[in-house]
Amino acid sequence: MKNRLKVLRAERDWTQAQLASALEVSRQTINAIEKGKFDPSLPLAFKAARLFNLTIEEIFQDEVEVA
Amino acid sequence: MTDQDIKKDTYQTKNCANNKTLRNWTSAWVITMAIAAFAPRFIWDFNTTLTIIALLINIAVGFRMLIANRDYLRGLDEMQQKILLEAMALALGVGLVVGLSYELLEDIKLITFEPEIPHIVILMGITYIFAVISGHRKYQ
Repeated sequence: MKNRLKVLRAERDWTQAQLASALEVSRQTINAIEKGKFDPSLPLAFKAARLFNLTIEEIFQDEVEVA
Repeated sequence: MTDQDIKKDTYQTKNCANNKTLRNWTSAWVITMAIAAFAPRFIWDFNTTLTIIALLINIAVGFRMLIANRDYLRGLDEMQQKILLEAMALALGVGLVVGLSYELLEDIKLITFEPEIPHIVILMGITYIFAVISGHRKYQ
């Protein structure tokens, strides 16, 4: 799953640690999500969406192409 | 980022407190285990009542340690929980598979000494540590 977390974070000039604290997770988890190594749960994705005032689809995209 | 700093404090403080609680109860469990193991011989000369009391205290503290461990795990975020869950599953699996084979070694006369439970506990501990390190590296 791809995501725009790193871009959105950079736009707001936040560090990984700041985003991690806002989402109440560890900095390592933010790093793993940004690198696409860990897919967040739905509640965490909703939390991120609320934080950035976006929909989940605007932050996270499925990498599987739908025909 | 005032609100986020507050949340950071909440999250980190909670984890720190859970970690401290777990450490304290684990230390208490180890101490009560040592008392139950050595005190009957060296302090109260196998007095049955005192030995039973020491053993019951050890078990009670052990259960409290389990609760502290549960709270610690619940306080972690979802990725950390996943890493620890996978590590625990691997440690349990290795302990079961190797433990049963190890126990079998004596029955089929491949070893002359009696298999000891602490050997399996040490193996499970080492497996768990390596699995946790490996899990963290996987998500780096």
